[in-house]
Amino acid sequence: MVYKKRLDGRKFDETRKIEAKTGVIPRADGSAMFRIGQTLAYAAVYGPRELHPKFLQDPAKGVLRCKYNMMPFSGAGDRVRPGTSRRSKEISMVTEKALLPSVELEDFPNAVVDVFIELPQTDSGTRCAGICAASMALADAGIVMKDLVSAVAVGKVDDKVLVDMTYDEESYDGEVADIPVAMMPRTEQITLLQMDGEITKEGLMEALELAKKALKKIYEVQKNAIKQKYELK
Amino acid sequence: MNERKQHIMKFLDSGMRFDSRKTDEYRSIVVDESPNKNAEGFARVKIGETDVMVGVKLAIDKPYPDKPNEGTMMVGAELSPLASPEFESGPPGNEAVELARVVDRGIRESNSIDQKKLCIEEGEKCWLVFVDIAPLNDDGNLFDAAALAAAVALKNARFPKVEDGKVNYKELTEKKLPLSKLPVSVTVHKLGNHLLVDPTPEEEEAADARLTVAVIDGKLCAMQKGGEEAITTEETEKMVDLAIRKSKELLKYI
Repeated sequence: MVYKKRLDGRKFDETRKIEAKTGVIPRADGSAMFRIGQTLAYAAVYGPRELHPKFLQDPAKGVLRCKYNMMPFSGAGDRVRPGTSRRSKEISMVTEKALLPSVELEDFPNAVVDVFIELPQTDSGTRCAGICAASMALADAGIVMKDLVSAVAVGKVDDKVLVDMTYDEESYDGEVADIPVAMMPRTEQITLLQMDGEITKEGLMEALELAKKALKKIYEVQKNAIKQKYELK
Repeated sequence: MNERKQHIMKFLDSGMRFDSRKTDEYRSIVVDESPNKNAEGFARVKIGETDVMVGVKLAIDKPYPDKPNEGTMMVGAELSPLASPEFESGPPGNEAVELARVVDRGIRESNSIDQKKLCIEEGEKCWLVFVDIAPLNDDGNLFDAAALAAAVALKNARFPKVEDGKVNYKELTEKKLPLSKLPVSVTVHKLGNHLLVDPTPEEEEAADARLTVAVIDGKLCAMQKGGEEAITTEETEKMVDLAIRKSKELLKYI
């Protein structure tokens, strides 16, 4: 089969509309909102603060702790049952690993930097939106970082490599691959890579090249949003 | 009495609050009614910097055996640690459960929702109305913000399409929930001899007692006293008076 035109009319290398803002949760030490199409993510950072229970403390460096959660009314279809699921646990963990290479926590032994991600409305690409928001929130909290982390899902539908798939494309009847990728765009190092579906090695490399290009654009949106908070009005 | 409370009291004695409001003055209230793609009803309410989202989801289920011709409403609240340094991860604690139950009782006891009209087939099928409270930022007075957001979300909710007895969430109908008037909640806090509404987190912490009053048509439909200290009948009367008076202002937002 040939996937000629995307279901929502976008170009194959075009993401959905992106909006980003920092400082959206005043009580947090750092916070951000990241919206891509209909997927909306909020992230709040608290810390560095003392880590409890104590046995989790690391005397060599601070600990990064992430929690991803979908609000009960955020999912398409049935209500999402509150509380952690196997899915949310895994996403929390890969999010943590996606952000960890970007932060410098050596100056905060025995402390924790908490990152909480909440999604009030979802379509697809929630983990990527969460990572984008979380990275901006970390910067907003003044955590020392090597770079921001930008994330997007690339994929393949039939013969076409494309970026930022929607839920309808993921459930398209044909050969589909869904590949969430996170990078530190400056050095192009990959910090998150997952894949569901079917793809050749060549297809994967092509998809990663596409991801790089899309992530540079997302990176600019994130940076602008961080700067905007400090612009003189 | 800790030092912060001493300062708050000293200010109140000279008729002032830290943010220069009067004791009976709410912060600015903003109600955002833009819909949520996946919720059948949605509202976001900001009171000052307190920011609460409420989503309504509808599902079809079997009615309770003791009420075979009625649907059900359930209110849940999750105090995500995203919203405040005081909130912790994990299953809902006492605070979250109290918030959900106080909002639940306000709506339930006002009889705003005609539960009988939520019945689809007696003893077999009825609508289940989930009202979920999700604060984004807790800068005090979650109770009133959540109750207001819940009322607006219910008002805006629309039934999804039903095809062959199954819900098709992709399409909403024009049909709204069977609602009459909706209640508003006003929480009055007592600090020493002072009564105030819409507290900041500092004032909440310093308060001796609080009384949440759900008001519909100028009458009371639910109450909840909280806080560590007792209140007199005279104080109760004053608190209720204040709540009824302020409820008229809040009613404008529904």
